[in-house]
Amino acid sequence: MPEENGSGAGKRAGLLDTVKETVKQDLAGLKGVLAEKGKEELEALKEPEKTQLFRSIFRVKRDDTPRSRALSVLTNVFFHLHPAKINRDAVRYSYTWGMGGMSFYLFLVLTITGLLLMYYYHPTKAQAYRDILYLHHDVPFGQLLRNMHRWGAHLMIIAVWLHMLRVFLTGSYKRPREFNWCVGVILMVLTMLLSFTGYLLPDDQLGFWAVTVGTNMARATPLLGHEGPFGAQLGMTAFNDVRFALLGGSIVDANALLRAYIWHCIAIPLIASVFMGVHFWRVRKDGGISGPAPVMLESELKEEKKGPRPVILRPSGTR
Amino acid sequence: MWGDWHQLWHIVSVPDNVPIVALLFLVPFYTWYGFREAFAHDRLIGQLEADPQMAKTHHRKPYPYKTGWDKEVHVWPYLMRIEFLAAIILTVILMFWSITLNAPLEEPANPSLTMNPSKAPWYFLGLQEMLVYFDPWIAGVVMPSLIIVGLMAIPYIDANPLGNGYYTYKQRRFSIWAFLIGFLALWCVMIVVGTFIRGPGWQWFWPTQTWDHNRLEFAVNRNLHEIFGIQNRWIAAAFGGAVVGLYFVVAGYLMHRLCMLTEFSRKIYQRMTLLQIVTLHTLLILMLSLPAKMAVRLLFRIKYVLVTPWFNI
Ligand code: HEM
Repeated sequence: MPEENGSGAGKRAGLLDTVKETVKQDLAGLKGVLAEKGKEELEALKEPEKTQLFRSIFRVKRDDTPRSRALSVLTNVFFHLHPAKINRDAVRYSYTWGMGGMSFYLFLVLTITGLLLMYYYHPTKAQAYRDILYLHHDVPFGQLLRNMHRWGAHLMIIAVWLHMLRVFLTGSYKRPREFNWCVGVILMVLTMLLSFTGYLLPDDQLGFWAVTVGTNMARATPLLGHEGPFGAQLGMTAFNDVRFALLGGSIVDANALLRAYIWHCIAIPLIASVFMGVHFWRVRKDGGISGPAPVMLESELKEEKKGPRPVILRPSGTR
Repeated sequence: MWGDWHQLWHIVSVPDNVPIVALLFLVPFYTWYGFREAFAHDRLIGQLEADPQMAKTHHRKPYPYKTGWDKEVHVWPYLMRIEFLAAIILTVILMFWSITLNAPLEEPANPSLTMNPSKAPWYFLGLQEMLVYFDPWIAGVVMPSLIIVGLMAIPYIDANPLGNGYYTYKQRRFSIWAFLIGFLALWCVMIVVGTFIRGPGWQWFWPTQTWDHNRLEFAVNRNLHEIFGIQNRWIAAAFGGAVVGLYFVVAGYLMHRLCMLTEFSRKIYQRMTLLQIVTLHTLLILMLSLPAKMAVRLLFRIKYVLVTPWFNI
């Protein structure tokens, strides 16, 4: 309304009134709408899984149909390590003993507690031991944190060994899982090396002598150690052999501490994570967990085919 | 001194030894648990073998099954609830353990103050215990490498297709014995010995025997060629080499007899390639060289069988 805007002061009061009037009307209108919308919002809260927010995160309807159950596993990045369905007997504790899963869970616990410990720890001769004392006496829950990290590591080693025992006893390394067994063996070695490199970090007598005893064996490496068979003949001394490479010196000292720290906190966890990724992926690609399978009888043994053995390739998802 | 319970408690209650006390219970428990399942399967296998008609219709598991039951279950919730439960229980155990027992912290590292006995972490004590019988290059380098290689070789040398995906003893006697001798009798027992038995100077102390730091060990061991009065070191080396070679031949032959013992194992043997047979025998002979050397040491007090200018065995 350009003409009205352009006129004098009397009209100005009129404008104010118009605005007032409009706002009043709007408010009155809003009251009804707001109440309605508010009600809708409240209703929606009763079914959060129907909200856009929820769907944007989880992508699946949450109703109790087999389809949704399967999808809620398959569409979640953390859960999709699992297939949607498994052998009805595979959930029996007596089959897997849950040991692989527990090894993995302990690895996660160790990663988290280890990360927290890293906030307080300096890998230097001057500070390492004090940092442990500091953790024990001053950091809130510091002692608990360190205890969990240590006992968790011991438990993980036991869990991994028992996992290997069950995989052996169920013959789960047999075709087509041969390679995953090998990946597992590497994981076991990495687990023990993780524990071993961590042993030195408190920089106390226990760790120092354990690592001294451990790495002294490296001296005796054939060819590559200065006290090993043919080591001396190949020019190995205490200052250029494998032990020197492991310790960053000829004795367990500051360099060894730093190297142990980097192996323990960065290198081995990274390598182990990669191997775990491969391990889990292979469990799936090899057709899921091996059993409990129907027993096979001796009389059903097929004659071994002569000649080169065919490679088994199974499209993923088929059994 | 005997009957020193305080000494025993001292060893058992060292915080880092607690996992081995746990191992002492967990490994036998799970071995028993596995064998219980294996025997249940073996009974079923026996029934099915005796009754071909039953073999045709049976679902072939010792677990209950009725026609019409789903063969598969949803991972959510049937598996994941177990996983979450396991995680919670494990966390509670770990928490409880961490609240009640503190991680050890000794004096600051001191290179001039040797710990006696100075022990590797418990999971490597099997290797350290091996040092009693073998030189470090074998115990610390060759044997660990062989363990890793040997474990990885298992799937490729086990030519027995039975027992894939279920517990059984009957169908896999040979491989189960071989594995358990290695894992239980050699690896786990050696760890327990290294932890609970070895005291100062890595000497043998029975449980409840006091750790005597002044106990002397008399060097009564000698080398094999010395017993035969061989003086020349080249002849000694050749002699020792011949004895080691003889061990391989005899052990290999005995292993061969063992593989031919039953009808079934002959059948499996038939299926193996030459490479598989050679690898299997080599690995088992090398594994058994540990108990062999232990016997030679403990029965005949022999230090080295083979002495050369560069290495000794
Ligand atoms: C860090 C160590 C390890 C982790 C986290 C791990 C994890 C797992 C998990 C979660 C599974 C699924 C089934 C189960 O829980 O039993 C599995 C299966 C398997 N693991 Fe491991 N594992 C580890 C070490 C090993 C070792 C040491 C071996 C053998 C030497 C091994 C060999 C296998 C094989 C062959 C399977 C397939 C078994 C089947 O299909 O029944 N793993 N692992």
